[in-house]
Amino acid sequence: MSYRRVRAICVKELHHITRDSRSLAMALAVPVLMLLLFGFALSLDVDRIPTMIYDQSQTAESRALVRQFQGSRFFEIREMVSDYASIERNIDRSRILMGVAIPLDYAKKLAAGREAQVQILLDGSDSNTASIALGYAESLVRSYSLELRTAALNHRAGERLAPPVDARLRVWYNSSLESKNYVVPGLIAVILQIIAALLTSLTIAREWEMGTMEQILSTPLRPAEMVLGKMFAYFAVGLTDATIAVLVGVFVFEVPFRGSLPLLAVSTCVFLFGALFWGIFISAATRTQVAAYQLGILSSFLPAFLLSGFIYSIENMPWVIQAITHIIPARYVVTILKGIFLKGVGLSVLWPELGFLALFALIVFLLATRKLNQKLG
Amino acid sequence: MNSVEIQDIVKTFGSFVAVDHVSLAVAKGEIFGFLGPNGAGKSTTIRVLCGLLTPTSGRASVNGFDVARQPEEIRRTIGYMSQKFSLYDDLTVEENIDFFTGIYGVPREKRAERKRYVLEMANLTERRNALTRTLSGGWKQRLALGCAILHDPPVLFLDEPTSGVDPLARGAFWALIHDLSETGHTIFVSTHYMDEAEYCHRLALMYRGKVIALGTPAELKAGLTAHSLLNLDSSDPLDTMRALEGLAGVLDVAVFGGGLHVTVDDVDATSARVRQRLAAQGIKVRKLEQIEPSMEDVFVALIEAEERKAA
Repeated sequence: MSYRRVRAICVKELHHITRDSRSLAMALAVPVLMLLLFGFALSLDVDRIPTMIYDQSQTAESRALVRQFQGSRFFEIREMVSDYASIERNIDRSRILMGVAIPLDYAKKLAAGREAQVQILLDGSDSNTASIALGYAESLVRSYSLELRTAALNHRAGERLAPPVDARLRVWYNSSLESKNYVVPGLIAVILQIIAALLTSLTIAREWEMGTMEQILSTPLRPAEMVLGKMFAYFAVGLTDATIAVLVGVFVFEVPFRGSLPLLAVSTCVFLFGALFWGIFISAATRTQVAAYQLGILSSFLPAFLLSGFIYSIENMPWVIQAITHIIPARYVVTILKGIFLKGVGLSVLWPELGFLALFALIVFLLATRKLNQKLG
Repeated sequence: MNSVEIQDIVKTFGSFVAVDHVSLAVAKGEIFGFLGPNGAGKSTTIRVLCGLLTPTSGRASVNGFDVARQPEEIRRTIGYMSQKFSLYDDLTVEENIDFFTGIYGVPREKRAERKRYVLEMANLTERRNALTRTLSGGWKQRLALGCAILHDPPVLFLDEPTSGVDPLARGAFWALIHDLSETGHTIFVSTHYMDEAEYCHRLALMYRGKVIALGTPAELKAGLTAHSLLNLDSSDPLDTMRALEGLAGVLDVAVFGGGLHVTVDDVDATSARVRQRLAAQGIKVRKLEQIEPSMEDVFVALIEAEERKAA
């Protein structure tokens, strides 16, 4: 391995990069655009659920329940209606997501100390949102009925009784339960994965198509030197992208940053090495720019987006898919970034993930070197 | 010691035999020309010698290193110019030179001197900061040669270096090659321009993967002196060809430029018969004279002999 030859390749690649200003602008702008687009669009928050209420009871008790819905930030009461048909019609037209029907005998049953049921109608076409909405509605109704019952018991006993169990939930790491805090760190990882593979996927294929590869193969340059030199040149671009992405995450999306900056830097570098080597490997294997580009997108975007656990939770996947996620580097970097950003955990927790990324980088480097080692024809 | 030695090299791609039992040797300082039509196996042979392809069978060595077993040593001691233009278009002249200086590992103290030499040789000192894509074909070719000799390799492989270059630039290019040869460099060059063969010290004619003739330009021409060559300029070359078919003493008639080259065994007797036959057919003879065979004549004759052998 000769430092001078690695440097010669790296300098040459940097010339290519800086001379092609349009591609460079793309390489720097696309990650920010993706981050802004996905960051704002990929909100998993369910709040201000458009709701209609059909209050058949029309009593003080039922109006108190309606006030509970009105007071919650999760629901937005669009209208009070006086029949089921309006609720159905509006759900059909997607104007509302939820309808609440309070039965005629609601107050009577409450007064008798019996179970008073409330009907909730939901648009289940987006099952995720529907189940979250249902959860909110259930907990609202339940806590309200518990309140009523305690009040009634207190009234009867003439003294204050504490409720039997008083659960106080505290959510750690993302205490406001805002989905952007969960999405953005993962998104940074996914974007870096895609950009890194695209940056390098053309580099070897271009040399084959231009005929310069044949010239280079006749020189003392070794495959490992070529792979390293090219990787370091694009590493400069990748690291700039990573820095911009982290800054946008912290300052635009205001994602809390609780962990160690040096650990973030080291993990990002190790991850970039692997992702860039992957692009070079694809480029060396396909030898044509079109194929390399397509394979580069396919092999980075799909696994990073679907199998990294960045949005779709890995625990809910079939076991075969779960097994596959173990060889997806994005999975580990998503864990690392979420860990550093949200939990502030350090190397003592994240070393297995970091170790995997390092191992992945090494294996792909060796693969790329082997693929390049081939002769003509 | 010979710079290049090839013993019974065979290279096949599937069922296609690109190089068919080729053996030859090139001495140090020699300009060795590799002639033949496209697809004759010239490029494949050169790629085998550069260690870019592994021969199917046979042995070859360059600078004493075996091509199959010591490709690393070979790469350090050769310069190679591939058929395709092989520099980086979006780099400047100087950046291309610096890049190849780096990957050839030219020692620090020699770098400035080698760069100056190459810039002067290619006449590019003034245009050192120009983007390579803005250079004309001849300049690009000289820059490519310059980049291939930055590390001062004892053996140079040039694969059709002058294809697509104008005649004036081709002349200048061959002058450079002669300078390199005089300073002890061995040059192994392929071409399909027959006139360039005259610039070479020794030639191999390659046809369908085989070397069908080997020798100095003079030797190859002398091989034809058992026969003589007549240059025939007539009013109608096509009718003339038909008229001369089968005429006693005429061995071959080939179109050459605007006229015909007629191969005969006896100049005087046959010339008379040719004039007689053409006069009888009403074809006017403007010129009929004996000429020195050119490399192209030699090549055409050799290929025809080869075809006859195959048939």
